Amino acid sequence: MDLALVWFLIIAFFWLGYLFLEGFDFGVGMLLPVLGRDEKERRVMVNTIGPVWDGNEVWLIVAVGATFAAFPGWYATLLSSAYLPLLAVLVGLIGRGVAFEYRGKVDSVRWRRNWDRVIVVGSWLPALGVGLLLSWNVLGLPIDAAGNRVGSAFASIQWETLLGALAIVGFSLVHGAVFVALKTEGDIRSRARRLALRIGPVALLPLLGLLLVVQMRTGSSWTWLVVGLVVIAAILALVFLSAGREGRAFALMAMVIVGSVVALFGALYPNVIPSTVDPAFSLTIEATASSPYTLKVMTWIAGFGAPAVLVYQGWTYWVFRKRIGTAHIPPVRVP
Amino acid sequence: MDVLDLARWQFGITTVYHFLMVPLTIGLAILVAGMQTAWVRTGDVKYLKMTKFWGKLMLVNFAMGVVTGIVQEFQFGMSWSAYSRFVGDAFGAPLAMEGLLAFFVESTFLGLWIFGWDKLPKKVHLACAWAFSLATVASAYFILAANSWMQHPVGVEMVDGRPRLTSIWALLTNNTALAAIPHTIAGCFAVAGAFLVGVAVWHLTRRRSEETAVWRSSLKLGGVVGMVSFALLAVTGDIQGKLMFEQQPMKMAAAEALCHTEQPASFSIFAIGDVTRPDCENVKSITVPALLSFLAHNDFTSEVKGIEDLTKEYKAKYGEFYPVDPRLGELSGQPIDYVPNLPVTYWGFRFMIGFGALAALAAAAALWLTRKGRMPASPWFRRAALAGIATPFLANSFGWIFTEMGRQPFVVVPNPTGVDGVWMFTARGVSGLTVGEVLTSLIVLTLVYAALAVMEVFLLRRYARAGIAGVMPPDKPAAEKKSDDELAFAY
Repeated sequence: MDLALVWFLIIAFFWLGYLFLEGFDFGVGMLLPVLGRDEKERRVMVNTIGPVWDGNEVWLIVAVGATFAAFPGWYATLLSSAYLPLLAVLVGLIGRGVAFEYRGKVDSVRWRRNWDRVIVVGSWLPALGVGLLLSWNVLGLPIDAAGNRVGSAFASIQWETLLGALAIVGFSLVHGAVFVALKTEGDIRSRARRLALRIGPVALLPLLGLLLVVQMRTGSSWTWLVVGLVVIAAILALVFLSAGREGRAFALMAMVIVGSVVALFGALYPNVIPSTVDPAFSLTIEATASSPYTLKVMTWIAGFGAPAVLVYQGWTYWVFRKRIGTAHIPPVRVP
Repeated sequence: MDVLDLARWQFGITTVYHFLMVPLTIGLAILVAGMQTAWVRTGDVKYLKMTKFWGKLMLVNFAMGVVTGIVQEFQFGMSWSAYSRFVGDAFGAPLAMEGLLAFFVESTFLGLWIFGWDKLPKKVHLACAWAFSLATVASAYFILAANSWMQHPVGVEMVDGRPRLTSIWALLTNNTALAAIPHTIAGCFAVAGAFLVGVAVWHLTRRRSEETAVWRSSLKLGGVVGMVSFALLAVTGDIQGKLMFEQQPMKMAAAEALCHTEQPASFSIFAIGDVTRPDCENVKSITVPALLSFLAHNDFTSEVKGIEDLTKEYKAKYGEFYPVDPRLGELSGQPIDYVPNLPVTYWGFRFMIGFGALAALAAAAALWLTRKGRMPASPWFRRAALAGIATPFLANSFGWIFTEMGRQPFVVVPNPTGVDGVWMFTARGVSGLTVGEVLTSLIVLTLVYAALAVMEVFLLRRYARAGIAGVMPPDKPAAEKKSDDELAFAY
């Protein structure tokens, strides 16, 4: 198999890791005021992702950085064409990261309430932006032969891409609620479970819709199979959740996002960005790939680096595997 | 203002801001790991207190360094897409390596360290501290290797009009990078050293000073670190300077506002009058004869080329006019200005050295005045130590502004002994965006950064003032002792 294709798959893998891991981070942040009824419960929620959110976010950095190294043309066209949505993603991520670290550093209701707002906005914005970015990437951008965007900043907004934005938001909401149910105990756990069951059937629809739209445009028979599996996994996730099997429900949510990423990148292949102006202008894997030497170097790096990441991040989740409840939250002791 | 100017302002503002957080993070992280090692090895609670206190201040700052770093990773593609397409094959590799090999380690083990107190075995917890703090240095290494490639492109060949990587080893051992890395890391320790001295002096000069042993040790550590790093900065800076005279003679001529070629060349200490061009005639400068020749070539009699001669050489090699291209905007078809902004490079260079020397002087003075248990009562001592915190920050910022502005109008500077064609004008690197887009991001990012700076300084002050009690509250009576279920640390 040629290395350009390998790197297409590696980048899909990094995106998968990002959507799976930061998906529940986003969900926890978006649901903070909904599930966290008092300060203790909000602290329970924040602490379910406390030790891991930063490591989860790096998956995005690496997905983007790896695209730069392996497909410079893809990186350059996607990031410059989606300039304003990316600005929203960045602002959201900046605020959210600082908010997690700062919210508990001063014992004041107002201080915490304001940072909680930053967490909520900082979770919605990047989830919407990342969804927009991915669906733009898969459905195509108005690019000319040189890979530059034709038209204004919003030239490529269509109803399908808005659907894509909602797809990631909807997935993150359900995924986050399932995660809270998996990682907490007591009242908040059952409320999280009930919420996931109540919103699940609706919130997962945009993701399904996006997959169907992509299928109609560029799908092949094997990707139909994948979409079918996504639907089954989503239904089973909710079934297991209603039976109180949170671990299985969470694993099935993982299958939902695995299937979705496979379907989206499968539809994208052999392009990396289709052009909506003229199919002849589409950026392809072959045309945008870096030189064989660069790809070889990067393959060695990823071959050692990526499995190591899985091991030590896996260990982190093992260290912090215990459920958290309001009884675990220490009193506030800050200057 | 056109897209080029706005994109340059944005890159400048976000990068200088990012590099206010980074040095404090890197310097403090290593020192905190060292303090924790001392605690684990000796069991002396003083070191535990130091670890907790300085560790907390590091964390307040760490988050800011991380989030502002994300912007940097995206910005090349967002605002500099033509640059990214041109250099991606070579420049993208060290950036991706930074993410995969360093940033992942940094953020994962930081989480383990923050939440792992009393949960992980002592030595495993200590290993986490070393993992994330050394990973910050590894991050710096890869980023500086990428930056050094822009200053001095190596390890590439030209294929189809683009540089193609031929040796990752050459890129990672670029002599520019090997000089820049110790210089930058020493700059990080200078920041951490001054920070320790400033805060420790503040506590020691309070009316009722508590935990004096902790502050004395911190003061001594900070002072020694500050002085050692200045020595390293001077040595590595000299090596960098000599390389720069070979690799980017125009930058160094601009640093000296040296208009005419001189042999031997004198070093300008201070200029009176306007260093702005074009005639260079109205600059009166206090100079040291032949010193510049020595700094450039280790030889007091050597020739150093001036701006006028260099401009002629550049015009012959890289053209007199920008090509006619609508994407170049106002610059299309205009003459190319090969001279960097002289006031910025000339004064930037001097402020870098000046503030660096001031920081070393402050560290030395603090150590001397507090020797053998002394503590000056003068309020000026306290004020000077606090003001001293700012000096290495300023030196770092001016150093970066000098070296990045000094390579204009190039974004990738041609390597005099490298492959033909591996260079790029900054004006050609920018994305085809609308002014509205870049203006929006410039305003939004600047406002967000300003607001966050207020928050960070507020928290740093609050925790720095609170001292040890702020991070290690005295134990409660046994009756109220926490249950075993309670987390040792929670957000």
